[in-house]
Amino acid sequence: MVGNISIQNVRKEFVNQDSSQENIVALNDFTLDIQPGTFISLIGPSGCGKSTLLRLIGGLDRPSSGSIVLDGKEIKKPGSDRGFAFQGSNLFPWLTVEQNISFGLKARHIYKDKKKDVQDFIDLIGLNGFEKSYPHQLSGGMNQRASLARALVGHPKVLLLDEPLGALDAFTRMNLQDEILEIWQKHSMTMIMVTHDVDEAIYMSDRVVVMSARPSKVEAVIDIELPRPRARAQDTFQVYRSKILDILNLGGDIGTIEYQI
Amino acid sequence: MKRYITIIIKLILTIIAVLLSVAAYYGLNDNGKQKATEYPYYVYFILIVLGIYIIIAAASVFLRTLRSRLVHKAPLLTGIIIFIALINIITTKTTMLPTLYFPSLDRIIGLIYEQKYFLLENIISSLKLLITGFIWGASIGFLTGLALGYNKKVGYWLNPVTKFIGPIPTTAWIPLALSVFPTTNTANIFLIAFAVWFPVTLMTSSGIQSTNQVHFEVSSTLGASTFYKVIHVAIPSAMPSIFLGVFYGTVSSFATLMAVEMNGNSSGIGWYINWQKQVMMYDGVYAGLIIIAVLCSLILTLLFKVRDRVLVWQKGVIKW
Repeated sequence: MVGNISIQNVRKEFVNQDSSQENIVALNDFTLDIQPGTFISLIGPSGCGKSTLLRLIGGLDRPSSGSIVLDGKEIKKPGSDRGFAFQGSNLFPWLTVEQNISFGLKARHIYKDKKKDVQDFIDLIGLNGFEKSYPHQLSGGMNQRASLARALVGHPKVLLLDEPLGALDAFTRMNLQDEILEIWQKHSMTMIMVTHDVDEAIYMSDRVVVMSARPSKVEAVIDIELPRPRARAQDTFQVYRSKILDILNLGGDIGTIEYQI
Repeated sequence: MKRYITIIIKLILTIIAVLLSVAAYYGLNDNGKQKATEYPYYVYFILIVLGIYIIIAAASVFLRTLRSRLVHKAPLLTGIIIFIALINIITTKTTMLPTLYFPSLDRIIGLIYEQKYFLLENIISSLKLLITGFIWGASIGFLTGLALGYNKKVGYWLNPVTKFIGPIPTTAWIPLALSVFPTTNTANIFLIAFAVWFPVTLMTSSGIQSTNQVHFEVSSTLGASTFYKVIHVAIPSAMPSIFLGVFYGTVSSFATLMAVEMNGNSSGIGWYINWQKQVMMYDGVYAGLIIIAVLCSLILTLLFKVRDRVLVWQKGVIKW
């Protein structure tokens, strides 16, 4: 199985343009090994560098030092082996749903052979009948679905999710959580999700990585040993939740904690 | 029932307006100062309009969409007919305005009819110049805008040049262009191209620069090359802005067209107006103005139609 990510002593520093101020160190000495096929959630105080880490894995930024290795190869730039679902939907507004989903296949000139995949993913996310619609004609949930399909259609080994469901209402959110889990089980890829929602992290993940405040390190890795499919109203949830919240609270000066109940 | 009565009244009012115009034409006494024309061209014109109107009204009995459009536009048409009738009354029946500068509608419409082939030649000459200049200006403007907007180094060197040369009014270039270019025609093409070039460059570059950065990142993660990103992300995302530039460019190309045709050209509608003015034939001046109005609004309508097609994804998002 592929999709193993090894993060070794990663440091990420942002140079401050204003020289009178110090550089911002988002991540320092960050080490984490992610097993192929696992569902990982990154959770931590606001501004702690969760998204920065995701961008480094995605290859959109380079670490200042340390290395990130995917299946034995160091990550240096974005690639289609890693799907990226950004915050908000970010569909291309000038393309229809179908054209948005097939964008990556066309960019890589493999659309002719993989045409069928586009329809499969449209079916999978339940957007049949909306293939020819433009993003502004769809609801937020549908946009998010299409955006997920766009990231998934190239069959990446790793899917990076940056608060993918943040802007959605509670019901759409729960539905999409289940859909993401279904896709994950069906396609057996590594999932790394940034979230603010402790419940969401517990419900979805194999392991929750709690990050410390800036400069961020791994504060704790909590294995969620609940059988799947999980029930949202399970008692054991409470145990995990208080455990995670405890860790977040005990981290010293950690700034504001963002979580939703 | 009441709805139908309103519709019928709206439609009949237009016919009544035409009949009243004709009645005023024959019923009121002429002021006797306007040069008489061979035929009552104004009456012919307004009757042709009425004929077309009746044909459309008859067709609209069967065509639903045509009917609603007709009912919507009928009061406007009535208003226009009354306005034209008033102009006719003021110019031919009263002595309120000097007849030299305000010829009768008979003379203006008659002149357009009698000189139709000559006018057509001038229209074609104007359009040729306008379209050639426009294509040069728009394509070079698009390319410079793309380079300026996408490449920071090109932007650093060329932006100041663009911003320094661009705002010079095109008409200020006329003397120089006429002496530098080998023929008047090439000078004119350059001047019109210049008028289109600047707004297109500016708006293309601004559109490219305001491309959502996340869209570039999304396409990187989907495996797109730089070239692919320019063609499939930067340009489509800049399209609304580019169209705005093309719109400004088109409007300023009309102004430049008139300016160059009135300066040293020997054909075209602008030249025709200037020539008619010099020989004190103000009916010709009005005829030219009417033709330009029709031409320019047709071109703009065409431009908007193209925009609606290209920017169909924007429908309901942005309006201008």
